[in-house]
Amino acid sequence: MGQPARIRLRLPAGQRAVVAIPYVWLLVLFLIPLLIVLEISFAQFAPMARPPYESILRWAEDGVLRLKLQFDSYQYLLNEPLYVSAWFYSIKVAAISTLLCLLLGYPMAYAIARCPPTSRNVYLMLVMLPFWTSFLLRVYAWIGLLKTDGVINNVLLWLNIIDEPLQMMNTSFAVYVGIVYSYLPFMILPLYANLEKHDLTLLEAAQDLGCGPIRAVLRITLPLSMPGIVAGSLLVFIPAVGEYVIPSLLGSSDQLMIAKLLSDEFFMNRDWPRASAVAIAMVLLLLVPILIFQRFQNRTLQAARA
Amino acid sequence: MKTRGWFSRVMLWLGLAFLYLPIVLLVVFSFNASRLVTVWDADDSPTLRWYRALLTDHAVLDAAWLSIRVAAMTATGAAILGTLTGLALVRFGPFRGRAFLRGLSTAPLVMPEVITGLSMLLLFVSVEQVCRAAFGWQFDRGIVTITLAHITFTMTYVAVVVQSRLASCDDSLEEAALDLGARPAKVFFRITVPMIAPAILSGWLLAFTLSWDDVVVSQFVSGPGANTLPMVIFSKVRLGVNPSVNAFATLMVLIVGTGVLVAAWWLKRVEKRREREMRMAEAGQ
Repeated sequence: MGQPARIRLRLPAGQRAVVAIPYVWLLVLFLIPLLIVLEISFAQFAPMARPPYESILRWAEDGVLRLKLQFDSYQYLLNEPLYVSAWFYSIKVAAISTLLCLLLGYPMAYAIARCPPTSRNVYLMLVMLPFWTSFLLRVYAWIGLLKTDGVINNVLLWLNIIDEPLQMMNTSFAVYVGIVYSYLPFMILPLYANLEKHDLTLLEAAQDLGCGPIRAVLRITLPLSMPGIVAGSLLVFIPAVGEYVIPSLLGSSDQLMIAKLLSDEFFMNRDWPRASAVAIAMVLLLLVPILIFQRFQNRTLQAARA
Repeated sequence: MKTRGWFSRVMLWLGLAFLYLPIVLLVVFSFNASRLVTVWDADDSPTLRWYRALLTDHAVLDAAWLSIRVAAMTATGAAILGTLTGLALVRFGPFRGRAFLRGLSTAPLVMPEVITGLSMLLLFVSVEQVCRAAFGWQFDRGIVTITLAHITFTMTYVAVVVQSRLASCDDSLEEAALDLGARPAKVFFRITVPMIAPAILSGWLLAFTLSWDDVVVSQFVSGPGANTLPMVIFSKVRLGVNPSVNAFATLMVLIVGTGVLVAAWWLKRVEKRREREMRMAEAGQ
């Protein structure tokens, strides 16, 4: 376990067993399922069959194993306007929500990081506590606030700010609110972890040299907190693109997000190949942000060890 | 610095209000007699009517029991697998396939839920077909498939928590025990596990919560008749606001709030004791 560091490519038997358990688990229950999705995305849709697709591999009569790849599902994804608009809408929603999260989360993380250490933990706890209560129920709470005879409209009407209720439910606005609300802790925590480590003497030095407070924040704090901003933004953006629950509960039924389309293709149309193609396209789309995130994650872990 | 400090503090309080106001309203309206939920019925409120309705709703109670079992099994499985993953990645040094294991163990973390759900379901369907063809044996999707799927996406969270804990822990105690002739398994259970116990516990709690909360993956991998609590709640709230969901939410907030506070207090106490012991050990040298 703790022998002096030397490169061993083969582990001792005991360690090999320890590694093998999670390895095999993840191979069987994570990687193989994804490969099955990839396989089915190339299969032919067969509505009458059970399961509703033709396998891509088939034994022909002459005893030859034939591989048949069908690209129909992918072509459909690129050509069907419903899909194209769903892709753009998902990315738009995720990007706007991430930006809103950052605008709200950054000052919050900043304020927490500049608190006396004893109250920091209390604030962090307050930020994290809602995360432990059910995500579904927190999104549900917004229905009561946003609907036409909901709390916000009632208060605004009572204050005579508006004459008739605003339509907030089933709009993109409601989806932004839901995503920002649900993912705010994911933005605040990496930002806090970063901001807390800053050397405050840098700001003092800037001030001594005649730099104004806002300029000091823009020129020193902001650039230094870039890793936190990237980590937090990716932690919000990646799940937001594939968000299913929030748009189903708060969003409109005219403008669909991609995850909803996937589940409709699968459950309602029973078109497994097309649903699989959507999934593969989604993985490819998210691959770049995911890889960036992994690099950051590794670097942070290495920094923690050093 | 002054103006900026003022601005960020106001934002902090606004942000916290934004986080808590909806929950507070949820709780308040759970005592509202009106079926319209957000229209306060001053004559008959507060009332426990919706709590009674909730506790006599058999669909909800059955689903809650299923969810508790799934979440407990998931959390335990995820804690074991996640700890092993974290241990391998942090303590075993470079080995062949390490980068791949690291990739495998972070990918489920960022995978959209619909894809996790779809891929798991397709796996289970394939296994089902093979079983039927080879052994003529048919299995139903339900508690087992839900638990397997939940363990897979939650174990990676535990692995992350355990990894960061292990990375910040000094391995000199483990080395000392090995030098003194303890077998690796004994070192693991007597030294490593107690050292990272807080991380394993928070990982267990995290996995429990994630499983207890999951709608999307469960919806894909569950079979007919196996409805977890979030699935039942989701189908209720899709039709709009529902007063007994408010009552349920209030109970959840109460339970989770207390649970998290107790866990946080306990973890802090354990941590303090460990620090004190370390100090005493150092002083005694």
